Parts: sequence; C-alpha cells; structure tokens
Amino acid sequence: MKKLLVFSALLAFALGVQAQGDPKKPGQLHGNFQFLSQQYSEDSLIGATVPPATTAINGFGNLMYTQGGFSAGMRFETYNNAIQGFSAQNRYKGTGIGNRFVQYQDSIFNVTIGNFYEQFGNGLTLRTYWEPNLGIDNALDGARLIITPKKGITLKGIYGRQRLDFDSRSTNADGIIRGTDAEFNLNSIFKSLAEKQTQLTLGGSFVSRYQNGETRFQDSLIFLTPNNVSSSAVRLQLNRNAIAVSAEYAEKINDPSADNAYLYRKGKAFFLNASYSGSGLGVNAAVKYIDNMSFRADRNLKLFDVPTNYLPSITKQHTYNLAATLYPYATPLTGEVSFMGEVFYTFKKGTKLGGKYGTQISANFAAANGLDTTRLSGIEAYTEGYEINSVKFGPTKYVRDFNLEVKKKLSKKFSTGFTYYYFEFNTLVTPVTNDFKGIVYANIEVLEMNYKFTPKDNLHLELQGLQTDQDKGDWATVVAEFSHSPHWSIGLIDQYNYGNSVAEKRIHYLFGTVGYINGSQRLTLGYGKRREGVFCIGGVCRAVPATNGFELMYTASF
Amino acid sequence: MRLSISIFFLAISLGLSAQETLPSINLKDLNGKTINTATLAQDGKPTLICFWATWCSPCKKELNNYLDLYEDWQAETGVKIIAVSIDDQRSVMRVAPYVSSVMWPYEILLDSNKQFAQALGVNNVPHTFLVDGTGKIIWQHNNYAEGDEAEVHEQLLKLKK
Repeated sequence: MKKLLVFSALLAFALGVQAQGDPKKPGQLHGNFQFLSQQYSEDSLIGATVPPATTAINGFGNLMYTQGGFSAGMRFETYNNAIQGFSAQNRYKGTGIGNRFVQYQDSIFNVTIGNFYEQFGNGLTLRTYWEPNLGIDNALDGARLIITPKKGITLKGIYGRQRLDFDSRSTNADGIIRGTDAEFNLNSIFKSLAEKQTQLTLGGSFVSRYQNGETRFQDSLIFLTPNNVSSSAVRLQLNRNAIAVSAEYAEKINDPSADNAYLYRKGKAFFLNASYSGSGLGVNAAVKYIDNMSFRADRNLKLFDVPTNYLPSITKQHTYNLAATLYPYATPLTGEVSFMGEVFYTFKKGTKLGGKYGTQISANFAAANGLDTTRLSGIEAYTEGYEINSVKFGPTKYVRDFNLEVKKKLSKKFSTGFTYYYFEFNTLVTPVTNDFKGIVYANIEVLEMNYKFTPKDNLHLELQGLQTDQDKGDWATVVAEFSHSPHWSIGLIDQYNYGNSVAEKRIHYLFGTVGYINGSQRLTLGYGKRREGVFCIGGVCRAVPATNGFELMYTASF
Repeated sequence: MRLSISIFFLAISLGLSAQETLPSINLKDLNGKTINTATLAQDGKPTLICFWATWCSPCKKELNNYLDLYEDWQAETGVKIIAVSIDDQRSVMRVAPYVSSVMWPYEILLDSNKQFAQALGVNNVPHTFLVDGTGKIIWQHNNYAEGDEAEVHEQLLKLKK
C-alpha cells in the first residue's frame, strides 16, 4: 500500500510538472484493458469439468504516462479465479499491481527502474516479454540503462529479478539476473560507409544468474551446484541489396537444472538465417543447432516459469484452426538440429496465372531431429550426460512440416485461398496429446472463401480437413464468419472428430460468437464447446482444457 | 489506501487532458537501422500506423486491401502507411521476403519484443492508428473486417478538411 502511495504521488507529480512543461511536448496517457470471463458447465464426454466457483475471470489494465523524456506505467491484474488451464502451476491469483516502472530518456541515456521487458539480439541469452493470453510474464524487476553515445552504437545493462508468481501482487524468482549487450551498426558509425550498399551490424551479449548454490544427493553421490552461471553470444546482421543474413552463436557454462537433469555440460546454440527479397519473389532459409540451452532465473523450475532466454520453434506459425492447434511444434529444451526453407511468389496482375488481380503462393518446409549423441557412463553420466558424435541430424525425428498456400482474388466480390499441409509429428517430444505416443502422420487441407455482398458485408468461410491414422483420427472443421463493417460480426466454428476410433468421441465441438467493435473497443460473447488443445501465439503454446459454457471478452485501448 | 487511490485518480484525470502523441521507442527497419517512433509522423500530412504479423491473416488481408487503394489515398491526402510487424524471433526473418513478394510499398518496422505496441496500448493485431500532420493520434481501430477501409478513408477525408 505504501508502495502504491509513493508511486501514485510520483505519477501525480510527473503529471503536475506537465502543466509548466514545454507546451510543444504535451504529456500523453496510453493504456489498455482486457478481461475474459468464462462460465463452466459439465460435459464428461469432452472432458469439460466445473471448478467449485463455476465461473472465472482474467483481466488487466495498463496505464502508461509519458511527458517529454519521462514515462511511468503500471498494470492492474485480476484473477478471481484464473480461467481454466491458464494457471497450471497456480501462478495467477487475486487482484493487484503486477507491473510498475519509471523511466527517463534523452538522446544519449535511457534509464528504467522497476519492471521492464528486454531482448538481447535474437533472444538466445535474454528475452523478457509479456503475452497475457498465454499467461507469460517473465518481466525483469530492477534497473536498466541504455546508452547511445553515438549514432549506430547501443550499449545496454540490466540488473534485476524475474517475475515468477502473482498473488494480489507479483513476486520474483530467486535468481538475480545481470546482463550487458552492445550493438554496432557500422554504416551509421562511419561516415565513409554510410552510402555503401552493404549494411553491417555486429553485436554481443553477456548474461549471468546468481542463485545460491545447493548440495544435491543422487545415487549416493554429492553434487554442488554453482552460485553463478553465465551465457554469452555474438551476432551479426548483413544486408546487401535484396540479400539479408543474420547469425548468432551462444554458449552457456555449466548450469545443472531441472530442465537438463542436473547435468554440468556446456550449452551451445547456433542460428543462421539468409533471405532474398526481390520484387514479387521472397526466399528464406534457416538452420539451427541447439544443445542444452535452457536458461532460467531459478535452476529448479520448469515449464512456463521464469525463462531467461528464448528458443523459438523452426516451424511456421500456422493460422488455420486444425493446423495450428492440434500439432504445434515447440523446440525441446534439451536441444535439436533443424532447418527451414521457404519461398513466396506473386504471379503478377495481367499474367496467365496472375489473372486480373495477381496470385500469391508460398511453400514452406521445416525439419527437426534430436542431436546425434552417445550416452556416457560412470561419473560422466551425471556430469556431461552424453557426447556429441556429429552436428548432423540424430536418429530421433522430431518434426517434418510441409505446407503450400495459394491465395487468389477472383473478382471484386470473391476471393479464395487453398492451403495444404503434411505433418510428421513426434508426440513423445512435443507432448500435445495423451491419446497417442509416437509419430503422427497427418494431411490437412483448407479451402477459404470470402464473399462481399456489399462493400461492408462480408462472409468468410473455411472448410478444413485433417486425415491421420494416429492419435484422434480424422477431423473436419467448418468456420463461418459474417461481418458488417465496421461494428458487427457473427461467427460459428464446428470441429467434428468424425474419425475417432472411439465411437462416443466422434463429437461436434460447436462454438458461436457475436462481436461488437467500436474503434479500439471490442466485446465478444461466445457460447459452446471448446475441445482440449494447444493455443499458440508467436512461438509459444499453452495447453487448454476442454470447456463447455459461456464466455465474455472485452478489450480496449486508449 | 483511500488517499493513494484518490491521488491516483487525480493523476489520471490530469493525464486525460493531455494530447495523444507518439511515444519515443527505438525500432529497427529491414536494413537493421534504428528508427525512433517519435519521428514517424509526416509534417503536415497524415500517417497510418498498422500493427501486423506474418502469422496474422486479417492483418495481411487489411494491408493487401489497402494496397489497391493506396495510390488514390496518397493522391488525395498524402497519407503514408507504416506497417509495424510484431513478429518475434521465430518469424521476424520472414517479414522482408513476404513483404517483397506481395510488393507492399509501405515503410516496414520491426517491433520484435512489442515495445512500441505496448507503449501504444495494443492488445491484439491488427490494430491501426491514424496520426495527423502534427503527430497527434486522432483515430484508432482494433481488428479488421472487409470494408473497414471505408472508415479509414472517411477519417482521412475528415483530416483534409
């Protein structure tokens, strides 16, 4: 309470200053609100259960005030109780302040005290971020200083602890995280390079965690865990005309943790991406090698708790329901070898394949396997665990993902799209289902159609099919959405598991919504059955349980 | 507690009298160069700032639909479109090849850790802001449905008056 008082006083003071401040730089207040409330009914067939309170709510409101170089912000959060599946580790309870900070910046210095989100390079050493719909908030709480001594040079230092839990206020994990990052854009630094076609940016980062060392006993052996663990990385980005290359190499010293079965081996990660961007044609390719690079603010925690770095998935983030929510791949924290290739092409207007409006196509392929290793024995089984035979694909297949997409506008009123997917997906490595352990082979087809009745009235229709002999068998999904711009929309989705080997589980999961939009405000009312599945945003996924009942969602920004 | 709440609301009410301008965040363009968001507004002409991602279908639909109208809008009002991608490290390298393949003439910025999006209170994409020629945010819209471009056009014309 005292903290809130002090904070409010500071905020009020800052706002007060505005009155006498530079009239050309008026203060501004931005913020947003969101809540999602669910009501639950029992449905034993789909596995939907009712919590004792029968209803639940998640909500937040952010406020951020800026005046000239000064800014301050805070976030109120509420979970009474958290919606089902959101808080698997019971990390979200009560109502209170989950985030607050003050910041000042001028042309050289940028200082933050309180909570902040930061990413070094590609995130291999550090990434803190907030994804409220997934229940991810690993914000650092401490101090950050960013210095830009000269155009093209950025130096960053961070010091703090990461958010772990929310119980009417946020509490931080045990470990203290310290880090520094430097980035140099050579073309901005050196005048002689300013007009060169080749643009080069170099960078490096260092992150260290302090957590009191522990003594562990295992099989009558005694292990000591280190107080300090560090990871570091170097990176480059090169652009020349239509070509872009980005690479980063990271290493982490011994970090016995719950994620790696308390091995002392070094962690390594390498990432290389090259792309070509020409008019009408884009090509993108990536390779990735990750060995034991999980890094958290607490060595004993797992799953969604306090990740310090970020290891994104190699596969494309799919958007259509069946492709996105049944078998989404996530990078296993122990490691992988993977690559990805992708082509985008547009058949131009007026050509044979382009027609009157042009035709967009894209093809994407990604593959990941486990590392090529040999298990060690004796004491080394406890320390190193395994040795690397080669940096090639190991014997265990993790994922294969091929997809081909065609989008075409046929007339002013009618546009269509077709997407085909082929997946080979190892559910032992990415445990998205309890019904099948092994490799799922699946074909998916999606036909999408848009018809504009009037300039403001549009019908969007998706017909989706998934065929597999494994797991839950075949699915068919229909999505229909009618929108009346700019305010109204009505949607209906039916997912039908017609190929389930268990006859009673051949169920229609029907869910309907009505939405009203006014500027930045949106209100959605939904009712129906949601199947158990995986919900993803960006590169991160969360398992959601089956539910049956009403849902109300409101979101606003100002 | 009551005192702190009242101070807080006093602070808010003072804040609400303030004008809405663009916050100052350093973002990267597709060449790795740093661009400050406080400098995005055009002098005397409107700017549309559209938050999008490569994995967001309605976002791509919105920006592809604007493409057909962009030349007319520019001739009429001088508007510039800035498409800010919130793709994170999983997909950020897909932005440039995708944009070039669909031949968007827009200025593209990368907001990989959503600093700019959060500073503007963006909850979900697509989210579109209209900024006038003095740098003031005068209109915003969350989500995209076919036909919403009519409202954007209406707002652009209002600015012209």
